[in-house]
Amino acid sequence: MFSIEPSRRSANGAGGEAGSEMSEVVLQQAAAQSAVADRSRALGRMALVDRIFREATRAAAVIVLVILGGVIVSLVYGSWPAIRAFGFGFFVSQSWNPVTENFGALPAIYGTIMTSTIAMLIAVPVGLGIAVFLTELCPYVLRRPIGTAIELLAGIPSIIYGIWGLFVLAPFLQSHVQPALIAAFGDIPVFSTLFAGPPYGIGMLTAGFILAIMVLPFVASISRDVFETVPPVLKEAATGIGCTTWEVMRYVVMPYTRVGVIGGVMLGLGRALGETMAVTFVIGNAHKISGSLLAPGTTISATIANEFTEAVGDLYTSALIELGLILFLITFIVLAIARYMLMRIEQRSA
Amino acid sequence: MNAAVHAPKEPPTKVAVRSLDFYYGADRSLKNVSLPLHANKVTAFIGPSGCGKSTLLRVLNRMYDLYPGQRAEGEVLLDGENILDPAIDLNALRSRVGMIFQKPTPFPMSIYENIAFGIRLYEKLSRADLDERVETALRGAALWDEVKDKLQTSGLGLSGGQQQRLCIARSVAVQPEVILFDEPCSALDPISTAKVEELIDELTNRYTIAIVTHNMQQAVRVSDYTAFMYLGELVEFGETDDVFNKPKEKRTLDYITGRFG
Repeated sequence: MFSIEPSRRSANGAGGEAGSEMSEVVLQQAAAQSAVADRSRALGRMALVDRIFREATRAAAVIVLVILGGVIVSLVYGSWPAIRAFGFGFFVSQSWNPVTENFGALPAIYGTIMTSTIAMLIAVPVGLGIAVFLTELCPYVLRRPIGTAIELLAGIPSIIYGIWGLFVLAPFLQSHVQPALIAAFGDIPVFSTLFAGPPYGIGMLTAGFILAIMVLPFVASISRDVFETVPPVLKEAATGIGCTTWEVMRYVVMPYTRVGVIGGVMLGLGRALGETMAVTFVIGNAHKISGSLLAPGTTISATIANEFTEAVGDLYTSALIELGLILFLITFIVLAIARYMLMRIEQRSA
Repeated sequence: MNAAVHAPKEPPTKVAVRSLDFYYGADRSLKNVSLPLHANKVTAFIGPSGCGKSTLLRVLNRMYDLYPGQRAEGEVLLDGENILDPAIDLNALRSRVGMIFQKPTPFPMSIYENIAFGIRLYEKLSRADLDERVETALRGAALWDEVKDKLQTSGLGLSGGQQQRLCIARSVAVQPEVILFDEPCSALDPISTAKVEELIDELTNRYTIAIVTHNMQQAVRVSDYTAFMYLGELVEFGETDDVFNKPKEKRTLDYITGRFG
């Protein structure tokens, strides 16, 4: 027994070893094969996911172009009767007469540009001031509350600015600010025209004020964000040669962040140009160009919002759509100019 | 390096740090530090990261003042005047105590303007005088020959080493009395490092210099005095040759021989 056992065991062992060796090889091959199969399956799956992802993002990008193209086409199509009827005269005519169906866009274009200009003249310096204060001068505990308050300002619906403008701001301007302006600038040429008489309360200036308040959060919060991207060590270096906070801001932070700040200003300007509701409330909706900023006027978007429901006749509707097309073009041109300016700046600093 | 040049007597003290404590909020990061910076000498601060070297440097021109919650206690006398006094004019102080940072910090303007900008803060010069001062500063930083044909291009277009020398030129241009170097070569290649070290050597003729460095060979090469700091304390201060060749403290010996840190 004992003599057999080992031999058997050894035979068994040998056989077993050989068998297990063989089976291991087979198993390894099989495993390798299945691993290859697994891997190619996984790769195939990944390639598919990749493809879907690529197509989905491409589709998202293409949709934007399609929508943009669709908007342009439908605007041009809708305004075609008016374009044919008035031609280039539409841009320079001041008349707006639904009865005789004679329309011109100049007062609306003028109002749009003037109110936006007033808004930016107020909002840009104030917004930059807020941003500088928040990033450089403000006590630490106040930074978040003030910053949050400014962002909340951006979240207020424009209709609320509108009713506030009509019922609170306009009467206040009428009784306090406008008489003072008329009195102060009455004797100075140019200004006496800009601030000529009677204080209506509503008008271009009031609309400009409201717009300024509405675009302020954009300018302030974007400027603050880009100011915060300036490396602290760069500010330290400027401080280190003895610059005051003003000099650090003016000569180091501003040039460093110019591109971002202009971006924020343009975003604000875009909003000011297209803002409808609040402006409609306070601008007075008069289709005429007045030298005075205190006089009522209109803007493109206010005209469209006011008159679309009562536009009878194809030509009237078409004229309003053409106004929309013009607003679209103005916004486009503003953005193009902004892009061009940024390109110039980048080229010069590179 | 300058062992042979050392006068037997102690040179005059430009900056005296006395019992200085520094706090980041509640953290005490400098503990009762006292040491002199000798006039027209280079003093190196060595020690492991976080030991307070850079903090000490940032006290010397009150750079910490830009940040809330940081404060210093004790005395730092610049020519006998306590610069920790809240009433001191910070802009004037920083024009007397210049600083070079770890990473080059050229301003977003032309090479010429980078230098002229600092000068204009303090002096009204004619165009010709200003040109001359800019050239002198750039020559002083051994940069003139490399940039003289492109003075109106952006300072950001230079190489890292050139940018660092531009920053040194900018500091020198406002004619400070003390220049602080915070690891000025840690972002530079060996050739640029050699140029900057050479420059520091030349600057000692006119300025009192403090340099923070992690590179002990650099401390040996450029400095006359060395301060070894550890965990916010000044462990040892003395002539560089003494500190490196026969340190009095065991911790100094361990650090410079690479046993820790």
